[in-house]
Amino acid sequence: MRYMAKVLRRDKYLVLLVLPVLVYYAIFHYIPMYGVIIAFKQFKPLKGILGSDWAGFYYFQLFFESAYFWRLLKNTLLLSIYSLLWGFPVPIIFALLLNELKEGLFKKSVQTISYLPHFISIVVICGMIVNFTSPKGGVINTMLGWFGIAPIPFLTEPSWFRDIYISSSIWQGFGWSSIIYLAAIAGIDPQLYEASEMDGANRWQKMWYITLPCLLPTIVILLILNVGNLMDVGFEKINLLYNPTTYETADVISTYVYRQGIQNADYSYSTAIGLFNNVINLILLVTVNRISRKVSETSLW
Amino acid sequence: MVRGQSMTGIRSTGRKRNLSVSDVFIFLVMIFVIIITLYPFVYVFSMSISDPKYVITESVWLYPKGFSLQSYERVFENPDVWQAYANTIFYTVVGTALNILFTVLAAYPLSRRTFFARNWIMVVIVITMFFSGGMIPSFLLIKELGLYNTRWALLLPGLTTAFYIIVTRSFLQTIPDSLTESAKIDGANDIRILVRIILPLSKPILAVLALFYAVGHWNSYVPAMLYLSDVKLQPMSLYLMKILVQNNDSMLEGMADQFDRALFSMQLKYSIIIVSILPILLVYPFLQRYFVKGVMIGSLKE
Repeated sequence: MRYMAKVLRRDKYLVLLVLPVLVYYAIFHYIPMYGVIIAFKQFKPLKGILGSDWAGFYYFQLFFESAYFWRLLKNTLLLSIYSLLWGFPVPIIFALLLNELKEGLFKKSVQTISYLPHFISIVVICGMIVNFTSPKGGVINTMLGWFGIAPIPFLTEPSWFRDIYISSSIWQGFGWSSIIYLAAIAGIDPQLYEASEMDGANRWQKMWYITLPCLLPTIVILLILNVGNLMDVGFEKINLLYNPTTYETADVISTYVYRQGIQNADYSYSTAIGLFNNVINLILLVTVNRISRKVSETSLW
Repeated sequence: MVRGQSMTGIRSTGRKRNLSVSDVFIFLVMIFVIIITLYPFVYVFSMSISDPKYVITESVWLYPKGFSLQSYERVFENPDVWQAYANTIFYTVVGTALNILFTVLAAYPLSRRTFFARNWIMVVIVITMFFSGGMIPSFLLIKELGLYNTRWALLLPGLTTAFYIIVTRSFLQTIPDSLTESAKIDGANDIRILVRIILPLSKPILAVLALFYAVGHWNSYVPAMLYLSDVKLQPMSLYLMKILVQNNDSMLEGMADQFDRALFSMQLKYSIIIVSILPILLVYPFLQRYFVKGVMIGSLKE
């Protein structure tokens, strides 16, 4: 006790500084975590969280048995997995190729330009997508028209949704994502290259046998982060691009939570679905991390 | 002398060899990257300043045809645009200031190796990176606190983030203890040390925080969609969502003339895109290296 009092007196100003932050975390992060229990209750706003009746796993059961469950799960996972499959290698390849350019104005310009879309608001990006792909005067359909292809209603056609979502995400993100690989490449010991040059290695051999292996730890960490977030597919973007005609492929768990919870005010049900999503996400992250630690001795913690 | 000559000799043959097939290949890939990245912006810009009659006949696809700023005039005549723009500036400026304050308030005590509560506070903060209450409990909280439809709803929920606290803390830990210790011996308390010694040395990280938080505020739309139904409080991003994505032509309602409406309905969208991204396009080339620096500082931790 006396030790505690002494320490507290020594650190009192630090405590004073950090206190507002703790209050912030308590209110805006931990109260919502506590609020998750409405997933197990029949929540009525008037009765409050404590006053509402318990519902057990009723809402989870309702969700698992609903017609939407499999569709939502499938869409969420497929959209994430395809995004990862197509999107993950692009920044690595881009960084490797960029690394082959000599330092100078051209390299700098390519970098600066490729990072730019990352800073454009998702609303503007989606606004451009909506207007570019429009069958009425969208530039993509105008261009297709030059080749005699009839206008395609891209955003009302479920089969096109994933292609549009993924390709535009790659377009927006590959440059920015390459930074971390470029940083890792910059940290590679130049002696490795010098030694390989003496052995007569050409540029592609150096890339394959030195740069890529040296990047592997970074690649593994980013892969872990991505797989861990597999269930966390971009609500912000899907919410802007989808519409009832494309729900079949575009509706994911988070967008369904939004419609049920905010638009239909079905609070307990939507919280249960969100919780299900979060828990799966957490399990994924922990599992993938454990596997990677065993396999490659690279892990997040 | 001889040695120097042979060195330059090697270099020049090296340069010659560099003009190989693979060089041309890489060069072409990069040109392709530049084209696909810039094309949408060039197209939007060309559409926005072309003569409207070429816009509706779909004959603009790369460079502007004719010249007209009439759609921009209509954008700027619209009071809703000004209101939304002012709101966005407010949320960005005030929000970023609060973000920096709270991030430093957390990062500084956590960077002090002797601080007794350092470890468990860190745990409290890091947990929020892996688990959250989710959209609905947060929404109910905002309503319960009476923040719904107030400007606070966009400022308070995201006061700081675990990621930037960790990044800032890592930066602060690189400041040598000897600097703070001598001040301590002179009787300065921790707050004084923070203000007089730590903050002046932390300008690089503060700049990085300001940039990332500001871009985040400028571009964000989800909290506004969730928490603000009052149009007077909504930021530009929400206005853009209605005009560009939901094709809600409220902006055209002021135009009495049917012909006028048909002529401008498409071009207005492109002009408003330019108006909303212009600040970012203008400052981006100059600040780009700071953004990159920020990522580097952030990735050091991993």
